[in-house]
Amino acid sequence: MAYNKRHDNRKPDETRPIIAKAGIIPKADGSGYFKIGNTEAYAAVYGPRELHPRSKQDPKQGLLRCLYNMMPFSGQGNRVRPGPGRRSKEISMVMENALRPVLDLEAYPNAVVDVFVELPQTDAGSRCAAITAAAIALADAGLKMRDMVAAVAVGVVDDAQVVDLDYEEEAWKEGEVADIPVAMVPSTGEITLLQMDGKVEKEQLLAALALARPAIERIAEAQRAAIRQRYEDVMTQVVANGGSKAADEE
Amino acid sequence: MIAAQLESRLVAQDKSVVAPGQVLAEGMEYLPSQGTYRKNDRIYANQTGLLAIEGKVLKLIPLAGVYLPKRGDVIIGRVIDILMTGWRFSTNSPYSAVLPLKDATFDYIKKGADLTTYFDLDEYVVCKIFQVTSQNLVDVSMKGPGLRKLKGGRVLKVNAAKVPRIIGKRGSMVSMIKQATGCAMIVGQNGLVWLAGEPAQEVLAVNAIRKIEREAHVPGLTERMRVYLEAETGKKIDMSSLEQEDEFHSRDREGGERRDYGERREYRGGGERGGFRSRDDRGGFRGRDREGGERREYRGGGERGGFRSRDDRGGFRGRDRDGGGFSEGGDRPPRRDDDRPREGAPDASTPTTTPPPAPFEHNDDDNGGEESDE
Repeated sequence: MAYNKRHDNRKPDETRPIIAKAGIIPKADGSGYFKIGNTEAYAAVYGPRELHPRSKQDPKQGLLRCLYNMMPFSGQGNRVRPGPGRRSKEISMVMENALRPVLDLEAYPNAVVDVFVELPQTDAGSRCAAITAAAIALADAGLKMRDMVAAVAVGVVDDAQVVDLDYEEEAWKEGEVADIPVAMVPSTGEITLLQMDGKVEKEQLLAALALARPAIERIAEAQRAAIRQRYEDVMTQVVANGGSKAADEE
Repeated sequence: MIAAQLESRLVAQDKSVVAPGQVLAEGMEYLPSQGTYRKNDRIYANQTGLLAIEGKVLKLIPLAGVYLPKRGDVIIGRVIDILMTGWRFSTNSPYSAVLPLKDATFDYIKKGADLTTYFDLDEYVVCKIFQVTSQNLVDVSMKGPGLRKLKGGRVLKVNAAKVPRIIGKRGSMVSMIKQATGCAMIVGQNGLVWLAGEPAQEVLAVNAIRKIEREAHVPGLTERMRVYLEAETGKKIDMSSLEQEDEFHSRDREGGERRDYGERREYRGGGERGGFRSRDDRGGFRGRDREGGERREYRGGGERGGFRSRDDRGGFRGRDRDGGGFSEGGDRPPRRDDDRPREGAPDASTPTTTPPPAPFEHNDDDNGGEESDE
């Protein structure tokens, strides 16, 4: 029986509600927050800064170092031992690979850009939310990036192609499920992360990927709006306090 | 298949904040400059910044970003290491700077002299960058007008991208703060600011600087700062003399009057390559041995007249007015205004730096079988 109606009544190409913010961790060099449905991720960027140990320094370009961590009370609440395990390390690595293509790391030889992502609450799509939040944080930190990177999990649930699977859909017992996290560069359509958990026909995979791009472009717009919002909020506040918006001496 | 040519038009507004990948303009009429690039028919932002449109040229003024050392910059550095041939400074950037012996002072330094008597660990100096290699190895000099060790007062870190706003056009903003608070103040291009004055006035100066940092991208800043400072001090500010008052900050740096951070003077058509490279970049690592190697000889030929450690700015010799009588702390180095842990040698008695432990070497502690994918 095909999965025609999604359990939360979303359309097949509809993502859950999203919230994006920038600059929410003032002490970090850059920070971002991304929430999609019940999955939320905080990202903090420190860098570019000096890289220790020296042996890891690359004289041609900076190093991007990501650390993904789900908090012990996130997910289904059965995550007891804190700290990075093998899954976290792998996701950290794929995050680096997803973000690196848009960064100009040659501008920072011998340095490191550290990205820390923590997820207090997850409901599937966590690595996608992490990448999305990390991209906001990197832009907020003022790093040179030719574009954002946004990610969403598309997939096939019981023969229906859907966008943004939540936990219930991922764990669907009544049919085959393929969960396909995708990260893309919106302006070019380049895919920087593509993984799959499940079984899928080639045509279904291509169809699912086609659904990803518009969703990713919408998420990227939300990312950019969040980045701008941080400064626009200050502007609004200044104007509200009676400051004039008259052009400066420049 | 040839795509239809787009009509030239601006998509983003002048003086608006833009994010990476945002479309700024369409069509072939507009030209990408610093912080922007062209791809096919469109011009995109390469960074988060404030869009500045000058005629047909689009460029971005960065709103955040680490300081990248640049030749000619005057910076505030803190001594983190004593070498055989000089000193190493932290520069509020991923790259430390080295002060060679011959550029430290006009005095003769005897062989085997105790270098800490000149500059000791954790002391702050104002120095000038005279060399940055392609791998961002930085050399600084203390020989030049206004360059010296800093005594007393305090040092704070500001967003390096906001430094041009804190200095103001020809030093006018820094002059305004100095006039209002009576503090001595030096703004390093690297985002470190030194100030010294009466305690309450120092606090006011710090608050003023933080306000500039926050509101740098909102037009009308100068007027707002004037109103703010006059309200806080109860004194009127003489605006007319501001652009002449601060000789130290108002000197033209290699032709730019209002020097935005990272601005290249020439039009770099086609957008960016990687990074801020000094014009002396010959490529490759120069193989300088800092710790115990030979003192560097004059490298003749092609390097624009060798080490120009003596700045020929004409007429400005010796200390600037900031030398003043505010060394209430006497000989002690300035107080740090941030609560970040000190980098470099935690123990002042050992001259070598101990790197902090690498944060990612965890044991491969598998979290059991509980990790389901989410």
